[in-house]
Amino acid sequence: MQPSDMSAVDLVTAVRQGDLTALRATEAFLEQIERLDGQINAFLSVDRDGALRTAAAVDAKRKAGKTLGPLAGLPVAVKDALCTSDLPTTCASKMLAGFRPPYDAEVVARLRAADAVIVGKTNMDEFAMGGSNENSAFGPVHNPWDLTRAPGGSSGGSAACVAADMAPVAIGSDTGGSIRQPAGLCGITGLKPTYGRVSRRGLVAFASSLDQIGPMARSAADCALLLETIAGHDPGDATSLDLPVPAYGSDLERPLEGVRIGRVPAHFGAGLDPEVAHAVEEAFAAFRAAGATIIDIDMPHADAGVATYYLVAPCEASSNLARYDGAHYGHRAEPGKGHRAEPGKLQPAEPVSGQGNASGGFESALVEMYCRSRAEGFGPEVKRRIMLGTYALSAGYYDAYYAKALKVRRLIRQDYLDAFEKVDLIGGPVSATAAFKLGEKSGDPLAMYLVDLYTVCTNLAGVGGISFPCGFTKGGLPIGFQLQAPALAEPLLLRATDRYQHLTDWHRRRPAIAARPR
Amino acid sequence: MTATPTAAAPFTTVIGLEVHVQLQTRTKLFCGCSTTFGAAPNTHVCPTCLGLPGSLPVMNRTAFELAVRAALALGCKIAPFTKWDRKNYFYPDLPKGYQISQFDLPFSSAGALEVVDPKGALSRNVRITRVHLEEDAGKSMHDEAAGTGDTRIDLNRAGTPLCEIVTEPDLRSPQEARAWLNELKLLLVYLGVSDCNMQEGSLRVDANVNLHIPSDGGRIAKTPIVEIKNMNSFRSVERALVYEAARQYEEWQATKAEMGKTPKQTRGWDDPAGVTRAQRHKEESSDYRYFPEPDLVPVTVSEEWLAATREAMGDPPSVLREKLAARWKIPAYDADVLVNQGRELVAYFEDLAERVGEGKVASNWMQQDVLRTLNERGGSIDAFPVRPAALAELIGRVAKGDFDTSRAREIFAEVLASGRTVDEVVASMGIAAVDDDELITLCRELLAANPRVVADVKGGKEQAAAGLIGQAKKKNPNVNPGKVRAMCLDLIRQM
Ligand SMILES: [Zn+2]
Repeated sequence: MQPSDMSAVDLVTAVRQGDLTALRATEAFLEQIERLDGQINAFLSVDRDGALRTAAAVDAKRKAGKTLGPLAGLPVAVKDALCTSDLPTTCASKMLAGFRPPYDAEVVARLRAADAVIVGKTNMDEFAMGGSNENSAFGPVHNPWDLTRAPGGSSGGSAACVAADMAPVAIGSDTGGSIRQPAGLCGITGLKPTYGRVSRRGLVAFASSLDQIGPMARSAADCALLLETIAGHDPGDATSLDLPVPAYGSDLERPLEGVRIGRVPAHFGAGLDPEVAHAVEEAFAAFRAAGATIIDIDMPHADAGVATYYLVAPCEASSNLARYDGAHYGHRAEPGKGHRAEPGKLQPAEPVSGQGNASGGFESALVEMYCRSRAEGFGPEVKRRIMLGTYALSAGYYDAYYAKALKVRRLIRQDYLDAFEKVDLIGGPVSATAAFKLGEKSGDPLAMYLVDLYTVCTNLAGVGGISFPCGFTKGGLPIGFQLQAPALAEPLLLRATDRYQHLTDWHRRRPAIAARPR
Repeated sequence: MTATPTAAAPFTTVIGLEVHVQLQTRTKLFCGCSTTFGAAPNTHVCPTCLGLPGSLPVMNRTAFELAVRAALALGCKIAPFTKWDRKNYFYPDLPKGYQISQFDLPFSSAGALEVVDPKGALSRNVRITRVHLEEDAGKSMHDEAAGTGDTRIDLNRAGTPLCEIVTEPDLRSPQEARAWLNELKLLLVYLGVSDCNMQEGSLRVDANVNLHIPSDGGRIAKTPIVEIKNMNSFRSVERALVYEAARQYEEWQATKAEMGKTPKQTRGWDDPAGVTRAQRHKEESSDYRYFPEPDLVPVTVSEEWLAATREAMGDPPSVLREKLAARWKIPAYDADVLVNQGRELVAYFEDLAERVGEGKVASNWMQQDVLRTLNERGGSIDAFPVRPAALAELIGRVAKGDFDTSRAREIFAEVLASGRTVDEVVASMGIAAVDDDELITLCRELLAANPRVVADVKGGKEQAAAGLIGQAKKKNPNVNPGKVRAMCLDLIRQM
């Protein structure tokens, strides 16, 4: 059996048992990356040498009879929003081009400690802001199912590399749907854990109260394997939950009898593509067939989700991204070079003129350096969100925008609490359409924001969600299904998905491009 | 001090203070870096205090405890729930682009600190608006004048825990402000909250000041509030306030401008020039876009924890003054002087008083001898060579009549200078008790040699005997002057 045909669970078992070397497994995926990534652009950096070195070390460890970590020999692709001390961490931004952090993110450290093999860093929307991966300063990712289409975002590179078999598993991050939506559009399985379940230390912050790292893989069982390693308390992240980590892979096979899944009729309104609606209803039917009960529920404040999200997230982002000012690291504008205005594009602020005091010279030179560094270093979507957030937090607007958004966020959280009195899970579409064309929405920020319609509330409520394929369009594009669960109910999310994946084979399908030459 | 305007000062100066003190923790507020002063630039830094991508803050519980201790000693209410906020602004010494501080829910509020001068000149209860915790910024050094020079940034200080103490505008004179600051500093040092070293930047003061000027028809005109910055000693606070009050009065006379009509002004104190100067308007126009810090969880404070913290705190200076005066029966003035010297000196005094058995005698020695020589020599009381046991022995021997106080002072000075014990010094100086036979012989010789004195005493002028004491001491330095006097008077009476 080829390593690429194996599940991650089988792959680590084979390595542990000596049926497959870590080196062989790693080489297989590196070959696929070499063959395909020129067309897909899923990786911002590939660490061929480092990966082979790690793999060889794992094999040596096994030979020496030492205990192997739970992910021994498993190639993993890591979103470029996570700090790696041996690879650049750019967040797909010109601002951080070539930036090499002096430390590993907690999740990266855990992967290394588990003997996983990090093969490279994946492309994304700049600073995780976007739903199509077109906001990368290093070019968009192409959907392996149709290279003219977007893979979704912001974890588009992670989703595409798993879909195209360039890695068996990947790490993504999800602030408003950034794991689940690209997983849906690329036909893979992606889990956004409960807020605080996985340490955010070393994840370049977009919106701190919403960001959460999670696994992306071909199946729920593989996600469970990865989650077990990356979840758990980190004293270095004050928002991380100090609770034991369940053995996520151990309870997958329990049947779904008695499990109640909520269905929100409002999800099926105008805007939902009929093909998607059909596949989602079929999935509900499959769950019913598997023993679950489907109950219609109401999420009264769900319509306010996108508006709330697009206040909370930009407000936090405007502050989180203030550190990229050219003073300490990252992109700094060359002194004296003017910035040329581009018609129809967001323009940099005029440098603040001298302020008529002794330090005026320094002050104005400094402000000009800030303005130009940020004007040059950030892409338009990042600038748009920084401006939105800065505006909404300003004196006189705070109560009308940010404070109100926090109130609505509490209402949305309450919706979930109320819903989970009646049901154990909430099902539905993960996005309104299958993968859209590259460039189709990139000129229309509002249309792009609506891409997050079905996913943002999960983050606002701080609960968990999973997305997995539930069918294909006539055009051959994957359609995603989303399940959401109460806080810390990852075992149920994974079990329900695994049960579904035992009944269906959508998750086993591969895009033609992924087929390896014989 | 009175708060009413006088002919000399035809206005009342109204002052509120904002004091930043660096807490005495080993590590920074949100990371594990050292807070030691004076390290090579940018050596006490990590991803968190450098504001690197992906770094996160974790609260230093010790810093929170120290801040709560200060707030409790200031009589503040401690909030059962407190949160952190981000104060957003761009500056190179602020690597995250925001400072983690506390905005609308500070951990404590509504306290007071009274400054009591036993001489009664400066005495006032100053209300504390709030005490909150925040992280310090780094230090940027640039050539202000040239404008084009390089700016250097040292982030060792970035993330150091600061406690900000804000008073109500309750102070009424520059002298009072200085006295209050002294009391605050004493309190914080006593509690181990801060070393309050202004040279190292552990204590910084900004002052808000304006004047209340009685004007026509009994109306009080209030001048615009000015915030004064850059004062680096309590003395400069006082000087700056004196200058600023005079400046505001002059300006008011010229413009009649009142509060509320112009924006609050920030002025910097130029110490060598002795003037305040207007600073940039940046501060007033800033919008810090405060919002709750999402990387930190709110802090909850339980009653039990508060009680334990209060218990472990020790007496603040004000309580200690009263206790000391009562326990050792010393005047309030003495207790004030002793307590103002710090906890170690109080411990020395109590050890001494215990051994001597008489508080006032011990206190006199402290004030007249120990403190004076300590001031001359410098250094701490713990390193003072004459320990309480030795000093108590000296005082004991004076009480026994072995020698008099002035002789004891000589011995004290010699012990200090030579580092030898009291006994050694006594022996080397040939000090021995003079027996009564020796004394009678000596006195007879004196009377025989001074018939004039004998006649004066007989004529009723007993004070004339004083002249004999100096002569007696010349003949034998060990004689007790009191005894000489009594003996001589006795002998004259018998003549
Ligand atoms: Zn640090």
